[in-house]
Amino acid sequence: MTHPRLQLTGITKAYPGVVANSDVSLTVMPGETHAVLGENGAGKSTLMKIIYGSIKPDAGEVRLNGQPIVIHNPKEARANGISMVFQHFNLFDTMTVAENVWLGLARESLEQVTASIIAKANEYGLDIDPSRPVHTLSVGEMQRVEIIRALLTRPELLILDEPTSVLTPQAVEKLFVVLKKLASEGCSILYISHKLHEIRELCTACTVLRGGKVTGVCNPQEESNASLSRLMIGAEPPQLEHRPQQAGESRLTVKNLSLAREDQFGVDLDGISLDVRAGEVVGIAGVSGNGQKELLYALSGEDCRAPAGSIRMKDKDVSKLHPGARRRLGLHFVPEERLGRGAVPTLSLAHNLLLTRTGSISNPKFAGGWIQVKKLEDHASAIIKAFNVKAGGPHAMAKSLSGGNLQKFIVGREIDAKPTLFIVSQPTWGVDVGAAAQIRGEILALRDAGCAVLVVSEELEELFEVSDRLHVIARGKLSPSVPIAQATVEKIGEWMSGLWETGAVAERGGQHHHA
Amino acid sequence: MDCGKQGQWRSVGGNIIMLKLEARQQPSNFWVYGSPLLALLITVLVGVVLFVALGKDPLRGLEMFFWQPIRSSYALGELMVKATPLLIIALGLSVCFRSNVMNIGAEGQYVIGAIFASGVALLAEKTTGNWIVLPILLAGIVGGMAWAALTALLRDLFNANEILVSLMLVYVALQVLSYLVGGPWMDPQGFNFPQTKIFEAATHIPRLIQGSRMTIGILIALLGSAALWVFLFRTRAGFALQVGGIAPAAARYAGFSSRRALWTALMISGGAAGLAGALEVAGPIGQLSGFLPAGYGFAAIIVVYVGRLHPIGMVFSAILMSMFYIGGEMAQSRLGLTKSLTGVFQGLLLFSLLACDTLVNYSVKFKRKT
Repeated sequence: MTHPRLQLTGITKAYPGVVANSDVSLTVMPGETHAVLGENGAGKSTLMKIIYGSIKPDAGEVRLNGQPIVIHNPKEARANGISMVFQHFNLFDTMTVAENVWLGLARESLEQVTASIIAKANEYGLDIDPSRPVHTLSVGEMQRVEIIRALLTRPELLILDEPTSVLTPQAVEKLFVVLKKLASEGCSILYISHKLHEIRELCTACTVLRGGKVTGVCNPQEESNASLSRLMIGAEPPQLEHRPQQAGESRLTVKNLSLAREDQFGVDLDGISLDVRAGEVVGIAGVSGNGQKELLYALSGEDCRAPAGSIRMKDKDVSKLHPGARRRLGLHFVPEERLGRGAVPTLSLAHNLLLTRTGSISNPKFAGGWIQVKKLEDHASAIIKAFNVKAGGPHAMAKSLSGGNLQKFIVGREIDAKPTLFIVSQPTWGVDVGAAAQIRGEILALRDAGCAVLVVSEELEELFEVSDRLHVIARGKLSPSVPIAQATVEKIGEWMSGLWETGAVAERGGQHHHA
Repeated sequence: MDCGKQGQWRSVGGNIIMLKLEARQQPSNFWVYGSPLLALLITVLVGVVLFVALGKDPLRGLEMFFWQPIRSSYALGELMVKATPLLIIALGLSVCFRSNVMNIGAEGQYVIGAIFASGVALLAEKTTGNWIVLPILLAGIVGGMAWAALTALLRDLFNANEILVSLMLVYVALQVLSYLVGGPWMDPQGFNFPQTKIFEAATHIPRLIQGSRMTIGILIALLGSAALWVFLFRTRAGFALQVGGIAPAAARYAGFSSRRALWTALMISGGAAGLAGALEVAGPIGQLSGFLPAGYGFAAIIVVYVGRLHPIGMVFSAILMSMFYIGGEMAQSRLGLTKSLTGVFQGLLLFSLLACDTLVNYSVKFKRKT
């Protein structure tokens, strides 16, 4: 009888104030691709870190190939055939691919490492040049480096944490081919995700976590999205209603915006033109690192080097205005980074209101204005209530909130300002299903109320759900827009590699179609 | 979330006792205030060991540091005389440190402030009225600001590191001082001492109590502490400065100018240090002298951190540091110990504080393993 590759029994890990894992059991057979499904904060990461040896459980047993084992650190985990690819890459930008991989394998020479990278890359069809510096790689390529690094340890169990969040649909397909080949060779894979369709395509077993407890073990290929999400969040996400609506006046016009990169690993913006009208949602798709960050910096005013006349709100040239001045004209912006940019981690929610809101400021002439503390706290409480933010109250530190709840607060803070132009980046990145549905609902409500909305996202599903028109950004250039009714995942996926210019669309560039 | 560092030792019975630091979910409110007190206790204990090692009665030693400075109203006055410049400089520096502008050149700004103030004070004649005090103080503020402005300008124009620039400018300021008191401003009847003539009586900062050297400077310092509290916690400008310090990307997102923060912070701290210099030369000292620099500008950095960068906390830490100054002098004159003891105590306190601050974010767990 074959032993399970990995068997967890009764794993419990408590932190002060929260039980991250409570009596979790999990069995992974050799060659099985096993999904661990759960919302943010459900305890997936803690469980994986326990398997990988970076956290010690309070109780419970880990068995590897039938033998009880205590893994003290990641090094021991690797020695026992467990490898992990993290969501956030651990690569040094200025070093080459081979040098990065070499770091973990000090016993071999750089030439040997280079040779084994090429061998592994060929074996699995992972196209990579070991001599390239990491900063020249796309995010998808960086992930390949991480996967190769993991494969070089010849793992029997490979853990992947949300591996597709940074990939184009085509790159996801490629990744799945590699993973299926690995599984067919007997390697077990633990696949962490909250994307239901991926799990149903790839995995043959699934353990669902909610609030640190196992709520179900199933074969995802025999389940529906609805039944999986019931296990995951205890309910089905509400369906969004996207009502057809005539777009109104133009609220944001970007004309031929070119901008040299600010930092050396950035992207130059190249002739970007874009138009967002009242009552419509315009989406910008694209793999991260293709100029989204730079474009948003220019639009928000955090970077006000844009040439005069290139960015207009209604008829006013705002290219040179700083963020505060653009905000006074009705532009509100939710950045991708929540902690440290959208909110100050160590300040209370109430104080974080002051970043973009001046409702509780009196006497603006005196030292920038007087903070009316009571009014500020009441305002924060009102937003917490209106947007259903789970927080200890207006005094809770921003960093004490889960990602989803902080995002709800930040989105709420900006929507509550009644913007005429709303720009949001990665609105639901790392946010659980329930909160994501709520945030998308808020975006649509804003559009229905006549606000012009620009959504930049890497999640195609999300863009298809909320947008009226779609652009794609690739290598600092922006594609023409397509009405959502004419957009398909394949077409947008192709455009994400920058391929729109070869097609007939190029001639229609700049023209917009309204539903 | 990860558990932090571990250490272990064997107890008598052969069991291994694990000492483990576990990250707290929230910073401990208790240790935010408890840590400086524990640091003080450790400093005292190490001090006792130090006195014993030097062959002195530790009780007598501690008495010099912790009893002598508060035993009489005169002693208390002296305590305040030294606490005043420490507190005023620290208040300004805390604005810098909160906005992550690392000005460590307060000593230089203090000296230049004193020089500017002396320049005005030396203009006074026998017939000049008391009004001259105000221009003297203003000149001190302007001098300190001007010196800090050099640092701000170089940082603003060339992105020059403000830590290095402000520190180097301290030594330039000291050279300017020794040039003036040894050259153009030297008292012709001063037996070649590096000092100016004694200022006219009209220039003296009003004293608070008869028979004490304590001036209204201490009141200015306390008012400054209250004003700083209001600025930091009740005005949007103060808020913007601090956001720039703890989360620069958030400040940029909000539209708070980092240049304005740089200039505001350096002007406030430069002005405060300059004011302290003016209060010192026109107050307890009464002349500009080459012996003016007593390291207040540097000691104030410790005052800031021991006082938790908080306007009220710094009042207490300034008094504590002032005790170390006086205690060091007492230990020298009464016990025959070296005056460097002051610096040793200051350093000990800072080190212990940094160590104890671990407890704010981590809790210590003992685990027994057999």
